[in-house]
Amino acid sequence: MKVQFQTINQILDMGGHGFYVWSAVFVTLTVLIGLIVRPLLQHKTVLNQVSQDLAREKLRKKTAGEGN
Amino acid sequence: MNWVWFYRLASPLWFYQTTTRWLPWLGLLAFILLATGLVWGLGFAPQDAKQGNSFRIIYMHVPASFLALAGYFLMATAGAIGLIWKMKLSYMVMKAAAPIGAALTFLALFTGAVWGKPTWGSYWVWDARITSMLILLFLYFGVLALQYAFHNEEASNKASAILALIGTVNIPIIYKSVDWWYTLHQPSTIKLTSAPSMHPDMFQPLLVMILGFYCFYIVALCLFTRVEILRRERKTGWVGDLVGELNGSTEGKRQ
Repeated sequence: MKVQFQTINQILDMGGHGFYVWSAVFVTLTVLIGLIVRPLLQHKTVLNQVSQDLAREKLRKKTAGEGN
Repeated sequence: MNWVWFYRLASPLWFYQTTTRWLPWLGLLAFILLATGLVWGLGFAPQDAKQGNSFRIIYMHVPASFLALAGYFLMATAGAIGLIWKMKLSYMVMKAAAPIGAALTFLALFTGAVWGKPTWGSYWVWDARITSMLILLFLYFGVLALQYAFHNEEASNKASAILALIGTVNIPIIYKSVDWWYTLHQPSTIKLTSAPSMHPDMFQPLLVMILGFYCFYIVALCLFTRVEILRRERKTGWVGDLVGELNGSTEGKRQ
């Protein structure tokens, strides 16, 4: 096993196939990161909503209690 | 026979708690495997005698295609379990598998296109393998769309599951398309029954990438399923407790 490329330019060029290889890498990484980040953000959103609902419920109970 | 494990598996709470514990480790493993495989495949594997460096796209193309197919199989199985046993969690897994599968199928098609250009001289050809993969993408879209087609959740789950099951007809067609029809697409280099027709120096990083993609898939599937669980169980006590705990811990930090 040995390194196939010596310089940065060689890595980017990939013997003339650089555009194809690197666009594949870029799109792959973007999709994979997206598949992790999206559910994490949604998870956070749902928890925040539940948190707000609970706070509202608490407030409602409190004001209802004061009314009596 | 002892069915306790089956009912346990059916419990969204149990699933949520277990994945909370395991996901960080599995995520770390997936990251290490993918990073290793990618650097190995892009920088250290020898270049292909005929295709030159464009062959390196295999390290993304093959694992993405594998998981696009395996993911469909998983989605259809989850749908079947949901239909037969009315298992809530199973439908949630089916729902979670649809966007991931669609993304991976898109990835397989995209990496195939940029590999096809330098190798065949064209980004796209209407050959059997590529066309059947495009149908797979539309099946994933169909399952996704059906989830929003009905007001009744039960009805949309059932419709999605039935479409997913019918679509499994496409899976053996994709597998066999390179053998059944004359095609530009090369036949599979990896077979379970015989040694790979690839040099070990090229094959080993591919194996690492495939393992990495499998781990990644499990992580993504769990993350999407957890969101489904929270959405559907938001009115239950345990989600409230969870939120209370989280708020409590951040308040604790502020003090």
